Amino acid sequence: MAIPTVMGTEVEYGIMVKNDPDFDPISSCVLIVNAYREEPDGQILWDYDQENPLADARGFQVEGEKYTPNQQENIARNKTLINGARYYVDHAHPEYSCPEVTNARDLVIHEKAGERIIEVSRREANSLLPDGVQMLIYKNNSDRKGNSYGCHENYLMDRRTPFKKVVEPLLPFFSTRQIWCGAGKVGSESRNHPCDYQLSQRADFFETEVALDTMVKRPIVNTRDEPHADREKYRRLHVIVGDSNMSEYTIYLRNGVTALILSMIEDGAISQDLTLRDPVRTIREVSHDLSLKHELTMDDGTTRTALQIQEGFLEMALAYTSSRSLDAVQKDVLQKWQEVIETLGRDPMELDSKIDWVIKKRLIERFMSRKNLDWGDAKVQMLDLQYHDSRPEKGLYYLLERQGRVERIVTDEEIEHAVYNPPRDTRAFFRGECLRRYPGEVFGVNWDSISFGLEDESIKRIMMSEPLKGTSEFVEELLERSETAAALLENMGS
Amino acid sequence: MATFIRDLKRPRGEDPGVGQVDGQADPIPFYMAAGEQKQKSKGGGGGDGDGEKGEAGQKLADKGEELKEEMDELLEEIDAVLEENAEEFVKNYVQRGGE
Repeated sequence: MAIPTVMGTEVEYGIMVKNDPDFDPISSCVLIVNAYREEPDGQILWDYDQENPLADARGFQVEGEKYTPNQQENIARNKTLINGARYYVDHAHPEYSCPEVTNARDLVIHEKAGERIIEVSRREANSLLPDGVQMLIYKNNSDRKGNSYGCHENYLMDRRTPFKKVVEPLLPFFSTRQIWCGAGKVGSESRNHPCDYQLSQRADFFETEVALDTMVKRPIVNTRDEPHADREKYRRLHVIVGDSNMSEYTIYLRNGVTALILSMIEDGAISQDLTLRDPVRTIREVSHDLSLKHELTMDDGTTRTALQIQEGFLEMALAYTSSRSLDAVQKDVLQKWQEVIETLGRDPMELDSKIDWVIKKRLIERFMSRKNLDWGDAKVQMLDLQYHDSRPEKGLYYLLERQGRVERIVTDEEIEHAVYNPPRDTRAFFRGECLRRYPGEVFGVNWDSISFGLEDESIKRIMMSEPLKGTSEFVEELLERSETAAALLENMGS
Repeated sequence: MATFIRDLKRPRGEDPGVGQVDGQADPIPFYMAAGEQKQKSKGGGGGDGDGEKGEAGQKLADKGEELKEEMDELLEEIDAVLEENAEEFVKNYVQRGGE
């Protein structure tokens, strides 16, 4: 039996400062992250003790230096929020890692809450800058000059599933899923393969099939083996191949369908061999083919289109789910995915209110035709960038949303609620509630631990190696009767 | 404190597309910043059954005209919010790699 779904996303945002020739991205990021204030707001460390980003899922440890900042730097770069998220400076980008959720609908709510937190931070940060200088933030993945930053998905998996079994079906799945979850990009960043427009922001940046790296020689399947949970039982699949999506519908499918495929892998339900001859070449070719008609070479020498490969996965999913009871969200995800696959076979442009690359393409083409522009025009590139702008009054995605031109999955009320409240059905609940209730006593946090600094100067760390414990069901009553962290620890019997 | 962490009651068994939250504290009006808040129904169409063919055809033509006007308005709105000096702007948008 596949383990229950637990997932989350880490979104790195692009930043720029208008009218500041001395713009320094790192200090700007520190400013953005620290401009965000919550009540209560503790000075809390990110606990690096448990981290090991150099462990490889194929079973070895890579040589390299593990980064651990000093205490002051740690607090300046990291915030753990009462909704259970981590909000921090990652290299030269502000990054929002949403709390662990159990379904695609909550994932949309919490990723969208991150967009709002970013925008609130941006406004606060701007109020501290000189007149005329303005900080801008983009939820995209490329500057169109060859620099890319990621939107990583994380899925909890059963460690008993051999990693090789995970990789084999994922290579064709990840190389082709962009036909329904690409965010769209004007132009190419692959020098030898120019194009006007392509499906994915990220496809130009993948150079290898399977590896540990995320910044150079990017792999389609990343092998970082850092489960942030009981490593005897779980692995965390760290997916770096996806785009930063704006459309709720696209985010919903991206995570919902991928989670379903992973359950199928765990349950041995991958019955078709969809192995590609050259996945790295495929991911680029698929992204550059707007007609979805391009024939890809399979390992056995036959050819298929990206859509046919996705149809293969859909067939397997329908067979898999026919004998299982799905919850309401899973059912809805499957139904919507099936509709999208069918529509892609008919006319992709019918998805111009649902799938990012189509929404963006339709918008740009209409604008080009009205203003008599071509794909090379700077205004067209601006439209692409501004589709991802975090400002509700300037961001083109938000403008379409306000006008009811894109289909939504969740409500504004739910998103606002998630800005201040953790999901109730994962350990994020315990993390967030401890931060809300005992801000002065929380000393450090990581995904799988929380430590308290007590009056007697001792530090007590509580491990949370089970992502589905620490939920409201398990701990709400305990929290209710614990006035202080000291009382909480006592009530837990430590 | 108890009211602050009020339960999020989403009917789990129902169509997830229509889930609602209750017990909200004042939500921040995130989308209040820009212009009008009009909600336009997409695709609409569908005559209402009464009237003759000519009238229905006219209605359809009117509807088409209306949609075109809406689209023109949208494109003008986009043009108005688009960053000035696009060429300079996209040239200056340079990021360091991340991840």
